[in-house]
Amino acid sequence: MSDVVLSAEDLGKQYFLRHRAGGYDTLREKLGEGLRRLTSGVRAAPGGDAATLEEFWALRHVSLQVKQGDVLGVIGRNGAGKSTLLKLISRITEPTEGRLRIRGRAASLLEVGTGFHPELTGRENIYLNGAILGMPKSEIRAKFDQIVAFSEVARFLDTPVKRYSSGMYVRLAFAVAAHLEPDILIVDEVLAVGDAAFQKKCLDRMAEVARLGRTILFVSHNLGLVRSLCRRGVLLENGGLVCDGTAEETVARYLESLEEAAATDLLEHTQRRGSGRVRLARLEIIGVDGFATQQLQAGGPVRFVLHATERLPALSCSFTIYDSFGQAVTSFDSALHSAADSTDESGAPRFVCELDELFLAPGRYRINAALSCDDEMLDHIEGAAVLEIRQGIAGARPVVAAPGYGSVFMPHRWTRPC
Amino acid sequence: MIRTAAAATTTMKGTPQRERIIEAGHHDSEYLPDLWRYRELFYFLAWRDILVRYKQTAIGVAWALIKALVTLLVLTVIFGKVAQLPSGGVPYPLLVFAAMLPWQFFAGALSDCSNSLVANGELIAKIYFPRLIVPGSAMIVSLVDFAISCGVLALLLAWYGFAPDWRILTLPLFTLLAAALTFGAGLWFAALTVQYRDFRFVVGFIVQLGLYISPVGFSSSVIPQEWRLLYSLNPLVGVMDGFRWAVLRGMPDLYLPGLALSTAVTLTLLASGFWYFRRTERRFADVI
Repeated sequence: MSDVVLSAEDLGKQYFLRHRAGGYDTLREKLGEGLRRLTSGVRAAPGGDAATLEEFWALRHVSLQVKQGDVLGVIGRNGAGKSTLLKLISRITEPTEGRLRIRGRAASLLEVGTGFHPELTGRENIYLNGAILGMPKSEIRAKFDQIVAFSEVARFLDTPVKRYSSGMYVRLAFAVAAHLEPDILIVDEVLAVGDAAFQKKCLDRMAEVARLGRTILFVSHNLGLVRSLCRRGVLLENGGLVCDGTAEETVARYLESLEEAAATDLLEHTQRRGSGRVRLARLEIIGVDGFATQQLQAGGPVRFVLHATERLPALSCSFTIYDSFGQAVTSFDSALHSAADSTDESGAPRFVCELDELFLAPGRYRINAALSCDDEMLDHIEGAAVLEIRQGIAGARPVVAAPGYGSVFMPHRWTRPC
Repeated sequence: MIRTAAAATTTMKGTPQRERIIEAGHHDSEYLPDLWRYRELFYFLAWRDILVRYKQTAIGVAWALIKALVTLLVLTVIFGKVAQLPSGGVPYPLLVFAAMLPWQFFAGALSDCSNSLVANGELIAKIYFPRLIVPGSAMIVSLVDFAISCGVLALLLAWYGFAPDWRILTLPLFTLLAAALTFGAGLWFAALTVQYRDFRFVVGFIVQLGLYISPVGFSSSVIPQEWRLLYSLNPLVGVMDGFRWAVLRGMPDLYLPGLALSTAVTLTLLASGFWYFRRTERRFADVI
């Protein structure tokens, strides 16, 4: 028992959701409401503030033990409770029920640069950020030269970081975080930022920390990373722990659950319009390995399979892919025929759209899908699926994330000066 | 919420390691030790705010001085020259400045404190530390401004050839009273601003109004005697009277019932502010 560094017992965290446009409480509303109550002498009308307060358990009945030296991957869909679990462990928020025992110092590798102040110089920010991450001043001072060397920005140490390029900024921030030596290191999706070289540096450092026998909690949507870095994995679903095993097992279980979710979700979807005579039942995205997934490699093959509830003679299907800014990127419509199209002889009410290479840049995308018949809109679903594109090779060329530089990749050829 | 069992094992490095137990609704006896443990973060945040304050304004310290001197001029002209209020034999600018010292500290620190949690929302949402550190370090910046203003006061005293007597030694006590008042009110407003974002308008209003309902531009001896105790319900009255008494030789003796009342109000504000802050603190990360 003595090597258990973290143990959660029946942990739960409840939030109250307010259904309201503004998001924050305002005094004006509170006062207005109080005044109304005073003057009318009745309680707030139904549909008023009290009625729209919804209880919501972000995490419940979670029990978990983490041993010294464990590298634990925490996976699950968005909203499954991963971040809440980490927030509880790092003491940012406190549990509503249950308890948590932590032995030693837990620190998170934050989103890079949290607490950096643009007006301060690199040197000043190293101290500030170190203190924020929980390093005593003596430790920062002792490691200062190492940090500077790691960051490769020694020349600009006395320049305010607002004048740094984004690359320098990230390097400096990571350099500080990388020299953190907590007993329990919490890593939450930080590896999603930066270029490939930077990500590799992060990974190497994580592996090194793990080799030192420290405990790491690693949250990521990148299942490949979870599989390669973690020995153990836990899967969260709707705030509960549904799987606790090796990383392999957990990832497999997660993929299964994703497939199930994709298979059941669409009919329950409420964000839809259209006559509803025929409805979309399911949208599967099938990647290179033949499994339904939400994650694809840029440049890889993909099949979109859209299931309708029944067949109609002139039924057609279309879907549009939107980027994370809500811009339509590209659209597919089965009503626009091509000689390469074929018909599904199985008789299933299903449309399959196949792409040999997916020319989308890394990032998150959302799909809206629709069924129509002649000019009648039968069903239209917003956010029928979410798609995450990972770095990959397309047209024999690496495709990397370049936010702000478009989301479509065109296969091409260069002639360079010799 | 967080209990620390002092026992437990040792880390791999051989340093003793404590086990924390985090659970809901547990009375938090570890809070004050935690404050101490996080003192370096406190220094660093205060240091950051000071650096930023004096880096961002191109004219830096000069700005604080110009603002103070212009206010001094305006108040002196309006209350001393136009309204012809009595100064009790002290040069009117000195009378005003002795009260402006705590006033500017109060107004500046209160605004900074109230905004501090929201301004540091990113930190609060992402890391743990006793949240009291944030409004606390915000106060420090205003203390630096205060120290500069004290220098100005010294210059003014020298200019008028007005030497203070032994009573100047009590100034730290009144400064402490001013700080306690500001911190108490600041804790309330900081916590309320997290919850209700429009509360900052209330703070702005209080700071504006406070200048007129507090004896900054005039001596509180102009208040009719029967109203003075009531007037002292405004805790700034006690602070400002105290400052004038301490700095300006020849001011009438302190009105002790008033001072006692102001001090009592201040202590109540501080205690209740601390209580309210601690009570709502655990929800900051959830609502910010």
